Amino acid sequence: MTEENKLENIIPESAPAEVTAESNTAPETADTEATVESQTAPVTADVQPTVGVPEAEETGATEGTGEKPATEEKKKPKKKKKPAKKVIEIEGLGVRFNMAEQKVDSLKEYFIRLVHRNLKYKEFWALKDVTFSIRKGDRVGILGLNGAGKSTLLKVIAGVLKATEGTVTVKESVVPLLELGAGFDKDYTGAENIYLYGSMLGYKRDFIREKFDEIVKFSELGDFINVPVKNYSSGMRARLGFSIATIVDPQILILDEVLSVGDAKFKKKSANKLKKMMKSGVTVLLVSHQSDQVRSICNKAIILEHGRLIASGKAEEICDQYEEMINKDKQN
Amino acid sequence: MPNAIRNFSKFRYLLYELIKKDIKLKYRSSVLGVLWTLLEPLLTMIVLTVVFSGLLGKGDDNFPVYILCGRLLYSFFSAGTKTALKSIRKNSSTIKKVYVPKYMYPLASTLSSYIIFLISLIVLVGVALYEQVKITGAIFGAIFPLIMIFFLTLGVGLILAVLDVFFRDLEYLWTVILMLIMYTCAIFYKVESLKSVTNEWIFKINPLYSLIVNFRNSIFGRPLDMYHFWYALGFSAAVMLFGCVLFFKKQDRFILYI
Repeated sequence: MTEENKLENIIPESAPAEVTAESNTAPETADTEATVESQTAPVTADVQPTVGVPEAEETGATEGTGEKPATEEKKKPKKKKKPAKKVIEIEGLGVRFNMAEQKVDSLKEYFIRLVHRNLKYKEFWALKDVTFSIRKGDRVGILGLNGAGKSTLLKVIAGVLKATEGTVTVKESVVPLLELGAGFDKDYTGAENIYLYGSMLGYKRDFIREKFDEIVKFSELGDFINVPVKNYSSGMRARLGFSIATIVDPQILILDEVLSVGDAKFKKKSANKLKKMMKSGVTVLLVSHQSDQVRSICNKAIILEHGRLIASGKAEEICDQYEEMINKDKQN
Repeated sequence: MPNAIRNFSKFRYLLYELIKKDIKLKYRSSVLGVLWTLLEPLLTMIVLTVVFSGLLGKGDDNFPVYILCGRLLYSFFSAGTKTALKSIRKNSSTIKKVYVPKYMYPLASTLSSYIIFLISLIVLVGVALYEQVKITGAIFGAIFPLIMIFFLTLGVGLILAVLDVFFRDLEYLWTVILMLIMYTCAIFYKVESLKSVTNEWIFKINPLYSLIVNFRNSIFGRPLDMYHFWYALGFSAAVMLFGCVLFFKKQDRFILYI
């Protein structure tokens, strides 16, 4: 990523022309997207699987008839500025769950049902046909109501969940802040958990040892570090989890509504830390219900609804659209 | 394949941490701590000797050592498979949140049981010296059963860990099966001395019995029994292979059930 590009990414408001987005599916967004699309811009989000090939800019193969002129414009600025590397590419992603109508988890029940041919499953697609890509340094907000598939998407990117169909390519190291302290052992002390959780995130032992004091200091746990985690308050646990996870400078940071960690003081501290990381060009994925949070942190956003990507583009516009969507729901 | 190796080396610290955790927490709140690794088999040996010492004749092997050989091997198999069985479900909250190669959990729990088992072999050495059992060069043959039992336990553990994700009953079923395995291991008697062995085949198909027979042979200075050697080797390798295939085939579905 070039230097200017980085700067502009940090302050998207001052450089609207830099914001790069494109979306083709959702008809209701088509208008706004067209304007966004005609900018300098590397393609960040292609909604249709057919379009979502990495070389979309090169071939100019943007789907849809009305957009041909845009390709001309797109080619020119590309020579001037090399777009940032794609770090996450998702193509035609689908995740299916088999929801058994009744949970069968005992052998006896299983065989009885097998004999009676009563093993019924209800298919449920948590995500379907989701295609988009994220470039280095992007801060992408993922908006959507409960059950829209936001967390499923993050889990797939974090590697916890496998896609049923489609491909997901993640090119850099991911640090998921999904649920802070999920890897803690409750009988272990805070100090021991630093090593355990750190090694779960793939850190080396020597590295953890080196950073140990820094982690303890940042978490503000003091003498409590030698107390078993089961005696911690949830705030303390989250503070420790946050301190361990953010001790490296990750290349991709996944935030699932964790910005409300600890008390007001720590909240401020963690927000500062995140801001510092973002300045260093880290790629951020943020899940949120609140559009103002997305506005303040992200430069791009997507909306998920019932497992489908319905809009993607510049954070401001997508947030507006999201608010509209919610208001419409309220009226109904 | 190179990918898998790179992944393993990235997470080898985790493996170390998980093993350390298992061993540390096992003895954390006990006064004698890790000494129990030695005391527990010693005390069981004394109990079994007091109760069953009449079962072996005059010319037979030294009874306490005979018992200890069988018991140590069996208790590793039992402890290793039991912890591996629960390993995936026990760590479900982590599996759902942080990406870690899932085989780490059964592997770590089997390895930590194995380390405790190796430590407890000190008791065997101590008792053998005390009872003045003559140790010969045949003792090196013990390496084979010691290696094979690890892979047998790991293989069985992997299979159980997978099945337990889908069927919770397995935990209870397995304790019953373990009991069958224990009684067909001939820990405190000799198969030949049973008055009427109607089901001798059941000893022959128990791979753990094969391992114990050869372990005893090495301790008491006899050559390895080749039938038992090949049977245990084949069985361990097959179980290990099947366990790996099953585990890697099913691991992506764990998260939907735990």
